[in-house]
Formats: sequence, structure tokens, C-alpha cells
Amino acid sequence: MNDELGEAPDIAGILIAVIAVAALLIWVERRLLAFWQDRLGPNRVGPLGLMQVVADMIKMFFKEDWIPPFADKPIFVIAPTIVFITALAAFAVIPFAPGVGIIDFNFGLLYFLALSSLSVYSIVLAGYASNNKYSLLGGLRAAAQTVSYEVFMGISIMGVVMLAGTFDLREIVEAQRGGWFIVPQFVGFVIFLIAIVAESRRGPLDLPEAEQELVAGFHTEYSGMKFGMFFVGEYVAIILSSAIIVTLFFGGWLGPWLPPLAWFCLKTGIGVLFFILIRGALPRPRYDQLMAFGWKILLPAGLLNLVITGALALPPG
Amino acid sequence: MNAEAGNTVYSPAASEIAEALAERLGIAGLISQPTADGITTLWVPREKLHAILGCLKRELLPPHVMLFDLTAIDERRRIHRQGQPESDFTVVYHLLSFGRNADIRLKVALHENALTLPTVSDLWPSANWYEREAWDMFGIVFEGHPHLRRILMPPTWQGHPLRKDHYARATEKEPFTLPDERQDIEQNALRFVPEDWGMSRRSEESDFMFLNMGPNHPSVHGVFRVALQLDGEEIVNALPDIGYHHRGAEKMGERQSWHTYIPYTDRVDYLGGSMNNLPYVLAVEKLAGIKVPPRAEVIRVMVAELYRIASHLLFYGTYAQDIGQLSPIFYMFIDREQVFDIVESISGARMHSSYFRIGGVAMDLPKGWDKRIREFLDHFPGRLDDYDKLVMQNGTIKRRTQGVGAYNTREAIDWGATGPGLRATGFGWDYRKARPYSGYQNFEFEIPIAQNGDCYDRCAVRVEEMRQSVRIIGQCLDNMPEGPHKAEHPLTTPPPRARTLHDIETLIQHFLNVSWGPVIPAGEASFTVEATKGLNAYYLTSDGSGMSYRTRIRTPSFPHLQMIPMMCRGMMVADLIAILASIDFVMADVDR
Repeated sequence: MNDELGEAPDIAGILIAVIAVAALLIWVERRLLAFWQDRLGPNRVGPLGLMQVVADMIKMFFKEDWIPPFADKPIFVIAPTIVFITALAAFAVIPFAPGVGIIDFNFGLLYFLALSSLSVYSIVLAGYASNNKYSLLGGLRAAAQTVSYEVFMGISIMGVVMLAGTFDLREIVEAQRGGWFIVPQFVGFVIFLIAIVAESRRGPLDLPEAEQELVAGFHTEYSGMKFGMFFVGEYVAIILSSAIIVTLFFGGWLGPWLPPLAWFCLKTGIGVLFFILIRGALPRPRYDQLMAFGWKILLPAGLLNLVITGALALPPG
Repeated sequence: MNAEAGNTVYSPAASEIAEALAERLGIAGLISQPTADGITTLWVPREKLHAILGCLKRELLPPHVMLFDLTAIDERRRIHRQGQPESDFTVVYHLLSFGRNADIRLKVALHENALTLPTVSDLWPSANWYEREAWDMFGIVFEGHPHLRRILMPPTWQGHPLRKDHYARATEKEPFTLPDERQDIEQNALRFVPEDWGMSRRSEESDFMFLNMGPNHPSVHGVFRVALQLDGEEIVNALPDIGYHHRGAEKMGERQSWHTYIPYTDRVDYLGGSMNNLPYVLAVEKLAGIKVPPRAEVIRVMVAELYRIASHLLFYGTYAQDIGQLSPIFYMFIDREQVFDIVESISGARMHSSYFRIGGVAMDLPKGWDKRIREFLDHFPGRLDDYDKLVMQNGTIKRRTQGVGAYNTREAIDWGATGPGLRATGFGWDYRKARPYSGYQNFEFEIPIAQNGDCYDRCAVRVEEMRQSVRIIGQCLDNMPEGPHKAEHPLTTPPPRARTLHDIETLIQHFLNVSWGPVIPAGEASFTVEATKGLNAYYLTSDGSGMSYRTRIRTPSFPHLQMIPMMCRGMMVADLIAILASIDFVMADVDR
């Protein structure tokens, strides 16, 4: 284990960087979607509209902190913090570059899976505590969707684990010196990508909030900073998803010429752009179609991938 | 083709119908009323109404299969009723026969003290809402109706608004106040009680959830409410509740001059702009006997088709958006913006141009008018091809919409569905072809149809209609006749003024027709057009004055919404959103 890891300044630095980038992503997403949709997006506040984020933050902070009288108050308040905390806590195991990171331990990948499963509590509890029918439907959808897609997510990355022979994310990156895992594990990559979009409830798999159907789904009753938590939490989750994809399939910080940290940020950035692009491009499937797709196609494909990888990668005997 | 086709009367001879009825039902001596539109209008006795309608629908071949409209007229203050039977309230049934390509109108005279009629909702399911509307607006009771309640007005409303003794504007009353106790009463009246609607709260297996979707909801396209009875996410029943957008457009017709009512029509189907002017001015021209010059007709067709494209583009974009595709609507709005730019350069306004006038159009086309249109026609078909790839060929869109919300031709006709919703079932009936008006007989275009009648097909028909509209507009560009843009007729608005400073008669004529508005000869006429969303008709009654005596607006969206329960039973909530998107309605077109 690296002695330099786990220092307080490191933790603070990564925490602040992640939250700042997540907030900035709000602007990035709005501008990018706008350009792809032949619009301009927010361009009035500050240079290129960059201060829009600040303006939005100020607005959100100073909004009335309103809790509906019919809501289950303690749970209603706790729910948004869970999504925020779990997403941030998962960053602890992300290996940004050699020597940059919060903690290294040999079950990093399992830790990530565990935290991403915990985040569904946030949605389910928010839907339940709001005491609103739209929120409830959103919470139910989230529960079913997340629990199912977790299964496929777990199975899809077992191929990577077999090839690398470890659950330690840093060692998984090191194992890709000979070539990124996206090549041998392409099927696993595709399944993982779909699963993680479903897991982070981003468009086009944003069924739990599905604006056109459920108004705003689980966060219909939320406003002000509590809504802000869901909002920023979603962007933190996008960065996290992108970072984990880069770590598992695109060789993490590995790359020529540039310093390792730059490679990692560049790859993660491209991943984030991809997340935004698919939201702008694809329509939303129906709830039962999404579930059927998962159990009837992704699960068998994932298992098959696992069997073939196992047969090829593990020494016979 | 026959350039006079616009004057053809699509109605059977009164004698033929009367003879057939006498032969089959033994009813003789029906009074036939002459109308300006030439549609055979028969007065039938109340007791025989149901039998006659049943006979017309089922026995008389070819049958009159569609209940096109059902409305009433308060006759108590009408002066010019020569030859019509005594009546305080007249209920009017307008039937449409596709086989004959003909219409027939039946009227029933009712006395003030006995405003009851048998329901015909057993013959046509679409009669349900029409009868509720007649009850709401006139207080006519339909015996045997399954659910005779107010439909457009709030449940607490006193009186029946379209009666002549009901006030027409709020300023005729004391200033409005809402004390707390009154507010409680109003709110309680809106409380949803499933039993009132014949829905049970639980079945043997499960307790149902009642979800109130709307009147404020992202996907109900306006102020429209659907009360859903859900079992999980599956829809057991859905009850559309309308009236939130009711502005009394028909009542306003009774206090606006014939001319000043035109801008109100724009706002009925507010996405259709001047398309709404068309049936109104055509009906007034029928009453006044005005013949519109060819240039005005072609301009009207061109502008109406531009609005059809604008409306369909908005439909197309929201359709994709309601299925969760974020981007297409923005591309389509750019095209729609171009259409509005064209309309603006022609008429000066964008969405509600009120460009048509009695006898023609407001002003001639501007210099160089064809340049922008040609640019649009050059690049728009290519964009439509792109949208096909983006939306129509997208696998998720297909899975979300194919086989969802389907109905067949028979159901469509029974429920009064018209326009793309009817043509998507494989029945290629387009008013512009079947009964050409405003010179449509001179244009070459096809009627797009689809076979399955589901959400996907309703969209596919509209996409193809845009291509046909492009063809029509192209023909307008190439063949725009020269000549006046308004008829030389004293009743046109504003009246011709070339000679006003030369002789006193024209001056007086002009002065009075501008200040008071034209006096349209007494009579009745209705005119139907193929509007953006289906068949839109204005049924006007003139009592020989400067205002309409009764303005009836038959809009396509009203019967379409009534089909929602039939279309979405057993589906998921997400399917309902796709169904709503595929109907293409605006609430102003439903509630008026």
C-alpha cells in the first residue's frame, strides 16, 4: 500500500475537485445538449455562461427549505443525503493516478458495487417519504430497476476480475499495461455500460423520474437544497460511473506522453460527454421492456461472457 | 376537374330520405327545412327520433355511420323561423355517410317545459360527451344517458351558459368574490370520488390506486385531467375530465360581429392558426352567397397547408419527446419557426394570423413572397427524411408505439374519429379529396394512410401528410392566379372601398359595414374542412343581423379525447403518455 495515500489534504482535494466538477457539469450538460439541439443554452451569466452554475447554486441555497406537511419528515430529509454520500464515498477507491487516490484496498471493486447498491435506498426512501403517488411510482420503478441491473453489472465485470486476477482497482489498471480490457471484454463492457446507465438513473433509462410520465418521479416533492443534493448527486454519479469505466476497461491512467493524472481526467471526461450524448439522443424504453431486456438478454449474455472468459483465461487443470 | 366542385351539395334529397323513412318506419309528413348549405334538414318528432336515427345508421343503405355532431339551439329569441315548427330548444343531429359521401341533419323541436330526449349513446358511443355538453350548455335532459353530468362547466355552476337568458360576460354580474366557505364548497366539488364514476376501489386481488393525472402535468398538452384507476402500473380504467380550457368561444360568437369573430377562431385550435378561419369564413360566405376569387382561394389553401405543416411539426416533436427523446423537438421547432417567418411575411402575425376575411384574405401577398417559401420547400423534405431516421426508424420508439392504443376503422367511425386518426386505420377518407372546397380539386396530392391504427401509424400518417402539404404548396407557388384577393361583394369585410369617395351609396355601405359589421342574411349553414387534427366544422345560424345567432364549433379533438378509456385499458402508464401524444389534441380545440 502506498504510504502517501490517505492524507487529509488529499481527501479534501479530491472531495472539492469532484464536487466542483460535478457542479460545473450542470453547465457543461446544458451547453452541450443545447449545441447538439441547435440552441445556445445558458450563455448570459459570466463568460460563456459559466457563472450560471454559481447563480443556480445561490438560488438553490436561498430557496425556502420546504417539507410538505404530509411527508414523513426524518426520512424525507435523510433520503437526498444518501445518494450524495454514497456517490462521494465511492470515490475513495478510485485510482486517479499512481500516488493519487484516497485509499487502496484489495476489495475496491466490491466496495464500489456495495456503495452503488446503497444509493437506491435514497430513491426508494425519497419516493416513500414524499407520500405522493408519482413519487411512489418513481420509487417502485427505481427499486426494481436498480436491483435488477445491479445483478447484470456485477456479472459483467467478473470477466475483468478474472483477467486481472484481483478486485483491487489499482492492480486492475496495472494489469492493462499489455492492452485495455475493452478488447477482450467487449461484451462485458457493453453490458456494464447499459447497467451503469440504468443504475445511475440517467436518460434514456431515467424511468424513476421520467418527466413525461411521473412529473419528476421520486423527487417531485423536493425543492431547494434537498433537490440540489439529488441534482448534484446525479452528476457526481456520472463522474463516478465514467471513472470506473475508465479504470476497468480503458486502462485507467495508462497512456503515453501525458502525465498519468491527465490521461485519467481526459478519459473520464470523454466518458462523461458520452453519458450526456446518449441522454440527448435516445428515447426512453417502457418499464417492462427495460426489465425484460435485462433479464432476457443482458443476463444470459453476461453469463455466457463469464463462461467463455473463464474457459480462456483460467489455466486448465 | 370541375372548378365548381366547391358548390356541389353533398346531401341526399329530402324526399328520398323521407320516402325511405315512411316505407320502413311508417313516419310520414316530416318537415324539410331549406338551408344555405344545402344539407337536407328534416324535423323529426321526439318519440320517433331514436327509431329514425337507428334506421339511418343501420338499415338505410348506404348507412349514415358517423354521428358527426350533436348540438342544440336556443330558439326563443329567434325571429326568422319561417316554415319551421314551433320550438323553444332545437336539438340538432348531424350525421355523415361515407358510403353516400353525404350528410343529413335531423332536428327535434322541444318545448321549454319538456326538455327531454332519449339518449342515442347506445347507437353511437361518441354521443355520450355530446349529450353531456348539450345538457351542460342548454339543460336538455337525455333519458337513459349513463352519466349525464356537466362536462365543460364546473360542477357547481348555476344555469346553462348557451341559453339566451344566461349572461354573456362577467361584467353583467356583481364583481366576483370567493369567500372561504365558497372556496371550500368549490374544492369539495372537485374531490375525486371513484364511485361517482362507477369505479370500485378494490378488486378481489388488489386495492386500486387512483392517480390524478393533470390538469397540470407535463404530458397532457394543456389543462387536461385524466383520473387513472391503476393496478400497479397497469391502467384498469382512465377517465378523461375536460373543461379546464373552456372559454365560451361559442357564446362569444353571439356577441361579436361576423367580422370581429374571425380572430377568435384562430384560438380554437391554437396550433392551426388560419386553418381555423377557413371553415368559419366559408360558412359565412355560404350564408351570404359570396363567391371567392381564385387568387384568394389559392392563397387560402397555401396558408392553410403551411399551418398544417406547423401543427404537424409540433405534434411530431412532442410525440418524440413524450416517449423520452429529448432532441427532435428542437430541430422541428426550427422548421416550424421558418413556417412562421413565412406566415409573418404574408400576414404580419405568426401563430394567430387571422388572415382570412369574409370574401377573401386580409391583404394581397407581399412582393417577393415566393422566395422564402421556395427556400423552405427546397430543404424541408430533406429534413423530414432525417427525422424519419431519428424518430420513425428508432427501435425504441417502435417498441413503445407499435400495437399501443390501436383501434380499427369501425371503432374510429363509431367514436367520431376523423383526420389522421381515422386514416391510420386504413380508411383513406380525406375531406379535401372527398368533398373538395376552396379549390382543392385543382391540386394533385395523395391521401396517406396506414393500416394498424396504433400510435406509430397515427404519427406515420401525419409525417406523410407533411410531404403532401409540401406538394400542395409547391403547386400554389407555380400556379398562383392573378386577380383580386377579395370578392367584389358588399358583405365582404372590410368592404371594397375603391369607389367610396365617388358615390354616397358605397360610402354608406362601407361606413356601416366597418362600424357595425355586415348584416348576413338569415339562414343556416355549416361548413367542414379537413383541419390539422381532423374535421373541423362551423355550423352558423344567422337571424339576419350583424351578429351570429348561434355559432356551433364542431372540433376534431373533442371526440378524440373521448376515446382514451377505450384505447388505454390494460396498458401501462407509459403507454397512456404515448397514446395522448399520438392523438394530437389541444385543449382549446376540445373545450372551445
